[in-house]
Amino acid sequence: MHLTGNPVLDVILFTLLKLVGFVFVFVMGMATVLTWVERKFSAFMQNRIGPNRANIGNIRLGGLLHMIADPIKMLTKEAFTPNTPNPWLFRLAPFMAFVPALVVFATIPFGPGDLQVAPLNVGILFIFAIGSLNVYGAVLGAWASNNKWSLMGGLRISAQMISYEVAVGLSLCGIFMIYGSVDLQQIVIGQDGTWFGIVPKWGIFAQPVAFVLYLACAIAENKRAPFDVAEAESELVAGFWTEYSSMGFALLALSEFIEVVLIGCLGATLFLGGWQIPWLVEGTGVLAGKMYLFGNLVPHLQAHAWYLVVAQVAAFLIKAIVLIWLQLTIRWTLPRFRYDQVMRLGWRIMLPTALVNLVVTGIALMFYERF
Amino acid sequence: MTTEQILFYILGGGAVAASAAMLLPPLGKSPIHSAISLIVSFFFLAGLYALLSAHLLGALQIIVYAGAVMVLFTFVIMLLNLRPDETQEPRITAGKVLAGVLAAFVVGKVVTVVGLASAGAKAVDLAQPGYENFGSTKEVGYMLYTSFLVPFELISVLLLVAAVGAVILAKKSLHYVDRPEPPPSVFDQEHAHEHMHTQSGTDHAGDTHAPHDANAHAASHH
Amino acid sequence: MTSIPLHHLLTLGALLFCIGFIGVLTRRNILILLMSIEVMLNAVNLTLLAFARYNGATEGQVLAFFIIAVAAAEAAVGLAMVLAMFRLKQDVHIDTMNLLKR
Repeated sequence: MHLTGNPVLDVILFTLLKLVGFVFVFVMGMATVLTWVERKFSAFMQNRIGPNRANIGNIRLGGLLHMIADPIKMLTKEAFTPNTPNPWLFRLAPFMAFVPALVVFATIPFGPGDLQVAPLNVGILFIFAIGSLNVYGAVLGAWASNNKWSLMGGLRISAQMISYEVAVGLSLCGIFMIYGSVDLQQIVIGQDGTWFGIVPKWGIFAQPVAFVLYLACAIAENKRAPFDVAEAESELVAGFWTEYSSMGFALLALSEFIEVVLIGCLGATLFLGGWQIPWLVEGTGVLAGKMYLFGNLVPHLQAHAWYLVVAQVAAFLIKAIVLIWLQLTIRWTLPRFRYDQVMRLGWRIMLPTALVNLVVTGIALMFYERF
Repeated sequence: MTTEQILFYILGGGAVAASAAMLLPPLGKSPIHSAISLIVSFFFLAGLYALLSAHLLGALQIIVYAGAVMVLFTFVIMLLNLRPDETQEPRITAGKVLAGVLAAFVVGKVVTVVGLASAGAKAVDLAQPGYENFGSTKEVGYMLYTSFLVPFELISVLLLVAAVGAVILAKKSLHYVDRPEPPPSVFDQEHAHEHMHTQSGTDHAGDTHAPHDANAHAASHH
Repeated sequence: MTSIPLHHLLTLGALLFCIGFIGVLTRRNILILLMSIEVMLNAVNLTLLAFARYNGATEGQVLAFFIIAVAAAEAAVGLAMVLAMFRLKQDVHIDTMNLLKR
């Protein structure tokens, strides 16, 4: 990558470019669009029209302008602070939910080679570490609200998050065993090629049980329906965000949508082959691991590298969007679980299934390597 | 001073300040504020671990401590609804003086002895061959499953025992042998009345309910 | 090469350990006691990792890993005990836990 000629400046500029392009444009853009898609989707599922009134002049774009109208409304509303002994904690909490949700995207490889904001050797452990922190936003915000509904919501989230984090971690262990790494870029490179010439070597085909577990547990960790007992409006008013209004509410809601995008991106990376295009460019993944964007490290790729890279980035984004769509479908299809059912599902079904899956994977790998 | 040293002093100072804030009055009075400052302290420590090339341990520190242990702490604080201590503890007690003296002694001892003993200590150069993977998941994991296999298995048994023990301890039906009636707990405040009666014997349960029934009957007759 | 002197690392470990130690000796709230114990365990971890870094020995990191696991187990059991005690006494201060004194 040659932008200026100065190697240090190049690295900084390129990192900034990746940061802006992926995290700010794609992730934040997706999260903003999701605020509209979510309502339109629910309207579609419930045979309603949905949001369609925001307009400039007479242009409505099918309600798409609500994406602009909503932030304006949020920004201009009063930021209400309840009568609480911890007002600063109350105001800080939305940021504690929002920041970790964005930071984790740094290690997601959205394209071959260098196209990853921060290549860390602990890889997915970093995502687990930072991702487990945004529970504090909800829990401390709930505590600081000084409201019994919020407190109940906060209690539910903290117990639910701990329970499902174990299952998420264990469900992904099989993937690490098969691809032999926790580095996300290495896992994607390992998903290159096909089995028997037809089936792509994707995580979803090697670990179908893990994929279902991952999706269910990740949605539970993100406290969205059918696991949204923390904000169950029929029981707890609005749960942990009862007292939030204005930008505090906007940040909490947005961090939930960013998590939706994260679940999509991580699922695409681990189970759907990341940026790999199946069947089309077999073998490039291994080379692309060493390739620089537009670079000269791999001579025979140099001639056609740029459109290959663009196609691979597009493949990743499409896979992520498919998983996001799947999450929305689940959210508007299934009814909410009762709280005790959520906990029982986590500890008595998800966790043992993940453990059995892990053991079976281990035994299968042992036989595969020995014979 | 190198960047590494500057980072070390920032992270180390932060860890000490956050841990001290956990105990000292402005934040230390309320359990939830103590927990938050401890979380901050764990973050500084995770940074220090990463600075010492222990990347896996740094990540584990955040996953286990900040992501699980402290969530458990906040859960318990919220469950018990612990508000800041209103009880005014005596400012200076014999225990506190003793603790301060002992702590100062330990710190002084460690600083002098360690300063003398490790004056010329030279760190291993991680750039040389054989140390490429130092502190990575692969290296630590390999050692865990080879030379430390037995301790690793024992730790897993310990965790299982701890999990079972925690479930048993936290269960509601603790039997209080040879003790007068326990005070009604906050967990079943609304049912406290019935509970006390059912605990004192089933034969009385019918009697206590009888007046209620009579009232209900009377109400329905009116 | 790391440019952080070893005795600075060890002193930091000792300081943190003493903060935890003071907490255990002076505070009466069991939750704060448990948190102080976590600080002490972390101080030990820091020391182990400092030695591991200076000797280039991964064993120190493995030991730190075990300490983290033990700390997690300790927190789980400790908090369960706090819950049980709170049910019994409606209080989380250790000076109310004096059944054996009577």
